[in-house]
Amino acid sequence: MPDIDTTTSKPQPGHYVAPLEETPLDAIDTIKAEGKPSNLWIDAWADLRRRPMFWISAAMILIIVFVALFPGLFTSEPPNSNCQLANSNGAPTDGHPLGFTRQGCDVWSRIVHGAATSLSVGIIVTILVFTLGVLFGAFAGFYGGWVDGLLSRIGDIFFAIPYILAAVVIMSVLADYRNVWVISLAIGLFAWPVTARVLRSEILRVKQSDYVTAATAIGVPRFKIMWAHVVPNSIAPVIVITTIALAGAIVAEATLSFLGVGLPSTFMSWGNDIAQAQTTLRTAPQVLLYPSIALSLTVFSFIMMGEVIRDALDPKARAQR
Amino acid sequence: MSTPLLEVKDLEVAFRTQDGLVQAVRGVSFSLERGSSLAIVGESGSGKSTTAHAIINLLPGTGFISGGQILLDGQDLTKANEHEMESIRGRKIGFVPQDPMSNLNPVWSIGFQVEEAIRANGIATGRKAVKKRAIEVLKEAGLHDADRRLKQFPHQFSGGMRQRVLIGMGLAANPQLLIADEPTSALDVTVQRVILDHLESLTRELGTTLLFITHDLGLAAERAEQLLVMYKGQVVEAGPSVEILQNPQHPYTQRLVAAAPSLASRRIQASGSIAAAETAMSSGAATAAGDTIDLIATAEARAEALEAAAAQPPAIVVENLTKVYKIRGAGDFTAVDDVSFQIAKGTTTALVGESGSGKSTVAKMLLKLEDATSGKIVVGGNDLSSVSSQEMFALRSRMQPVFQDPYGSLNPLRNIGNTIAEPMSTHKVGTKASRRERVFELLDQVSLPRTLVSRYPNELSGGQRQRIAIARALALKPEIVILDEAVSALDVLVQAQILRLLADLQAELNLTYLFITHDLAVVRVIADNVCVMQRGRVVEAATTDEVFDNPKEQYTRDLLAAIPGANIPLGA
Repeated sequence: MPDIDTTTSKPQPGHYVAPLEETPLDAIDTIKAEGKPSNLWIDAWADLRRRPMFWISAAMILIIVFVALFPGLFTSEPPNSNCQLANSNGAPTDGHPLGFTRQGCDVWSRIVHGAATSLSVGIIVTILVFTLGVLFGAFAGFYGGWVDGLLSRIGDIFFAIPYILAAVVIMSVLADYRNVWVISLAIGLFAWPVTARVLRSEILRVKQSDYVTAATAIGVPRFKIMWAHVVPNSIAPVIVITTIALAGAIVAEATLSFLGVGLPSTFMSWGNDIAQAQTTLRTAPQVLLYPSIALSLTVFSFIMMGEVIRDALDPKARAQR
Repeated sequence: MSTPLLEVKDLEVAFRTQDGLVQAVRGVSFSLERGSSLAIVGESGSGKSTTAHAIINLLPGTGFISGGQILLDGQDLTKANEHEMESIRGRKIGFVPQDPMSNLNPVWSIGFQVEEAIRANGIATGRKAVKKRAIEVLKEAGLHDADRRLKQFPHQFSGGMRQRVLIGMGLAANPQLLIADEPTSALDVTVQRVILDHLESLTRELGTTLLFITHDLGLAAERAEQLLVMYKGQVVEAGPSVEILQNPQHPYTQRLVAAAPSLASRRIQASGSIAAAETAMSSGAATAAGDTIDLIATAEARAEALEAAAAQPPAIVVENLTKVYKIRGAGDFTAVDDVSFQIAKGTTTALVGESGSGKSTVAKMLLKLEDATSGKIVVGGNDLSSVSSQEMFALRSRMQPVFQDPYGSLNPLRNIGNTIAEPMSTHKVGTKASRRERVFELLDQVSLPRTLVSRYPNELSGGQRQRIAIARALALKPEIVILDEAVSALDVLVQAQILRLLADLQAELNLTYLFITHDLAVVRVIADNVCVMQRGRVVEAATTDEVFDNPKEQYTRDLLAAIPGANIPLGA
């Protein structure tokens, strides 16, 4: 200190000075970057790993995926071809742990083989919804103006029609072409506007950031700014709702099949099984119960996954625990 | 003297976090006599606001008082229950919060909110009496036309007027103690001055005891009789304001006094001798080691570059620049009105003004983030209005910005290395390996360790982020750097460090700075020339010394007079 001579000017009475030993000084602005690098995703992953809910839902999803990929490992019984009416609504016997349907088919086998249908519909719809939602939401939010006007109105049109209703209509019209792809398309085509809206509003927030202005001032092209800076910082809530939307798509498929406008009965589908079992609900409720449980558990595991990811991606929620 | 009004003894406040308990306030003790005033000064994270919140028991959810006593008139507030606290808040202790923008509920009229405060404190009952008192409160707070104002809503009030309302509400019940937590930090300096003057006369009239919380040492010393300097939750120094400013004993206080721009600029005027400057330079060398910071050295270093600059053609020429915004339903708004100035190569010109003066709009037009309505901007011989997009792309590499908000100017999902390298990859400069080398070089230049390349912005402090932003701006070896409030969001010690860094880089790389700021005190230590802007116009333009020593315009004089602490003589 050039002009403060501490040796000659003693503190006046009433001037308290803390002993230096008790209040040690740090260097100004010390860097505390130890351990592993961290950003939103790294922190979220570290947080997820500590949550039992995450591991439970992950394990359940993995089991369902495994069952869907290798049904033969879980049952040797064919789901459709070995049905004997003598076994109609029959109780469990050896090799048939969950009993028989009204048509005399093995319930367990039908559930195992139905997993692939539910999961494929869920995944195809999710990919469709994610792609359409991100494209529409990103361009509408980032470019704004007439682009936003046009894309958002298109979204509004699709949003105005309940997707189940739309899917019922599409599936009725395309009654001859019912398969996993068509039903996924029917559901996905009307389910994306929510994703687009969420992304759009998030992008409207993120594009105000100084780092976006900084990138513009550097000379980064607008299109690249959108994909490299804006979308990655806006995508977190989309990931959360997409996980939950996957569960919704599985439910939608079951609903359509239950209503008789989904997949034809030659496909193994939990919705079909529930529909067929409802006629004998009073006499043989277990036939309806088992596919319902399978459906609920699958949907539950995806929703649970979505919830834990939401919590992990929200630093505020993280701090409060 | 009788017993003090407020006595805080060994106060401890802790916060529950994921990593266990964090002590925010450690063993703070002080006492406050009736009718006196005390300011708690400290940087962010020093525990000054937490101390104030502990007194009125308004700690956020995870915080709690873990030890000590708070005696108000002999009553221990740490033992008061919620019901007792409610009768103390407002009636015995008034509180003026920091941010006038968010502390009034936008859906209720001002009158409703003032009346609510009056009713809650039981000052008046019955509709007429409450309304009458509400009008009195607003009048006392210095709002004319209080009858009509009662019916208005917060958005119809300026920041200064809102803060007047909040001060009025804080004093409505004529409390013995008023706690003002950074009451004017969000306001322009001239408004700040008027508000604080008013607060001072009001509390003197009512005999209210005043507890100030502020980060600004100059403001604290100017407005309070006693100072309490806090650092990392502890009191490092306490005593009479002028005594502490003139005779700081604790090294932390010494650092603060040396780094406060308003005080430093005063000292430069006071000493001004070559010997003093030389001492300052040598102490400036210690800055690099992170010991002490002295802004005198910064200012002196600037003087040399100035001489060399005069002969060369200017780096930036702005002529009759005008920007008009069309506002729906309200006609045109002229944000920038016929602004002209020149910046010589290698020098710094500061654009100073309060909020709404148009200074940031000028920066945006220079960076071509906004188009000018009329007028001319010439950068390095290129007229911005007529350049092609390719020429503009090339020009961008020669002119780089650094923005105000250190938390917003870096992409949180990009690591530091890629962030600094982005200008080079965008302009396709060098190979991947050579870019990496350059990133290392830049990190060295801004005094950050090379290990940061693989890390992310959220791990860094505001000052460190601002260094990264500076490194990114320098990546393409630009000639011009536009600093838009680049140090305004930083704590005073960090701010001094960054100013020093900017001065060093300018000397080393012959950079031209356009320094946009609301803070005249900072201008003194960094700029060679100053343009003072008011409502879109340049009202005064001259060299820094001229503007400070001999301001021609009344507005400039007002701005200068409003620098807190500027008229406190520093002894020694």
